[in-house]
Amino acid sequence: MLDKALFYFFAGIAVVSAVLMVTRRNVVHSAIFLITALLATAGIFLQLRAEFLFIVQIILYVGGIMVLFVFVIMLVNLDVALQQIQFARQKWVALIVAVALAGQVGVMFWTSGKMPGQGLPVLTAAAAAKLPPNSETVARSLFESYLLPFEIASVLLLVAMIGAVVMAKKRA
Amino acid sequence: MMTSIFQATIEFLKAFWAPLLCGVAIVAVLPLIVGYIVLVERKLMADMQARLGPMRVGPHGLLQPIADAVKLLTKEDIIPDNADKLVFWLAPVLSVGAALLSLAGLAIGPAFQIAQDINIGILFVVGVSALGIFGIVLGGWASNSHYSLMGALRSSAQLVSYETAAGMALVSALLFTGTLNIKSIVEAQNKEAIWFVMLAPVAFFTYLVASIAETNRAPFDLPEAESELVAGYMTEFSGFRWSLYFLAEYANMIVVASVATTLFLGGWLRPFAKFHELPGFHWLNFLDFVPALLMVAIGVYCLQRTPKQPTRVQQIFMLAVAGLCFVLGLVLLAPVVVPVAKPFYAGIHGGFWFIFKVSLYIYFFMWLRFTIPRYRFDQLMRLGWHFLIPLSIVNVLLVGVALIAGSYLNLHGWELLLVTTPAAIITLIVAFLILAMEKEHRARQDQAAASDFYAG
Repeated sequence: MLDKALFYFFAGIAVVSAVLMVTRRNVVHSAIFLITALLATAGIFLQLRAEFLFIVQIILYVGGIMVLFVFVIMLVNLDVALQQIQFARQKWVALIVAVALAGQVGVMFWTSGKMPGQGLPVLTAAAAAKLPPNSETVARSLFESYLLPFEIASVLLLVAMIGAVVMAKKRA
Repeated sequence: MMTSIFQATIEFLKAFWAPLLCGVAIVAVLPLIVGYIVLVERKLMADMQARLGPMRVGPHGLLQPIADAVKLLTKEDIIPDNADKLVFWLAPVLSVGAALLSLAGLAIGPAFQIAQDINIGILFVVGVSALGIFGIVLGGWASNSHYSLMGALRSSAQLVSYETAAGMALVSALLFTGTLNIKSIVEAQNKEAIWFVMLAPVAFFTYLVASIAETNRAPFDLPEAESELVAGYMTEFSGFRWSLYFLAEYANMIVVASVATTLFLGGWLRPFAKFHELPGFHWLNFLDFVPALLMVAIGVYCLQRTPKQPTRVQQIFMLAVAGLCFVLGLVLLAPVVVPVAKPFYAGIHGGFWFIFKVSLYIYFFMWLRFTIPRYRFDQLMRLGWHFLIPLSIVNVLLVGVALIAGSYLNLHGWELLLVTTPAAIITLIVAFLILAMEKEHRARQDQAAASDFYAG
């Protein structure tokens, strides 16, 4: 019961703030609602007993990426940006993408409803006592099962970072 | 629908009434504690500048925080005309909320922790306290003032730059424990009978510097540099809203001090906590009496000052303070002497040592504030990116190597110093190399700039 209530609470906040994020005219307000949506998603992770995902979502997305977003938003000239047309550039593309996405979600609901033993995909959490320690499990799967992909991804990120530094440098 | 919500609430309250109550207590008491930290800071500043500091309200200014709080609460609350009202209202609350929330993860002694035994312990505290930056950034933006916006920009740049160094410092301490759980981290230091500040001194130094930058304290208080930006991000804030920012800054100080205490300074452990098990070191148990002795000493000092107070009310107040100190001394003495009170030893003395270490850390912050002049912004960035981050990365690498060497040689506790000390020394050599390179680079840049100047 408590789990369900928490899930709907966070999911509601996430959906409402995601909609508000798209519809606000003021960019900083949009950023605030994006932060709210990300935090609510983190709350859903926590409700599912995925503590590590919860804190990674907060540290990386909210504490890292969104701080940079807000930083950049404040650096650009908002008054100029506000006068330009912001919406309704690609109505038809957007419509097609939205319909496709809705169809996908619908199929997911449909099939998951037909699975034996599962009703609608309201995510039910496992009991806390049954779960192995969260961060240890993540670490094991990263560094034992998926070591090679992990290393490749980190090398890729390193290359991207060095590339960014090289491009940002004015004089060699 | 209504009944199910009601049921959920009841279920929630049944499961979590104790942590909720503790949370409310902390939120209620913290402003008072912060007020007294500010008083200590003002007294210390006065002492360093050969003044007396606040002396009028209460004996030796002991009631000054309460007078200040009343003043702040009754001040006019000004919202600028062109400010973004909602964000302006939200920002200080956000700052305080994040700081208070991260306090929930901390363990003040083995018995007292609001969010008990969370698996991600230290990450929770660090991650949630970093959210307070939005309060500063949004507050600076919403004020619609250039000074505020500059302060906000500086603040976010500073936080992003120093978060990496702080995180790396935490990683090198966490390498010794292999867990993020706060209680397990302290227990590991108890088991090894050595604090991680000995094993990873460079990481402690890095964290110290980075934590000053993250809490926006002098010498890194550029977001509110009053000589350049009036008051930075809080220029337009007044009265209660301003005091919320103030509260958040000091709560953040408590948080970073607690994280450093937990990870590097042995948390709630007494100094030499494990030594009584060794032969010939039993006498070190006299340290159990130190908390009580400290309280009695403060009480006696208060008694000695009592006759010198000018009015009768102040004399009575001073006596009351002395009495409080003696009672605290008795409470701290009881678990050591009285056999019945033995079970409370861990809780009471753990709490004392934790708070004692946190206070020392904050005291050190204050020292730095009154000793070192403020950095320039480019100096701050250079220190972060060119020195602290490379240093902390090298340190993580070397600590890892030392730990592997230690596990091959089967070293435990104090023996680990055999491998970690060389690692720390190599890190220091690297630090000096970085500094030398930096100096040469800057000399060349200055030369180039000068030749440009004369050529143009």
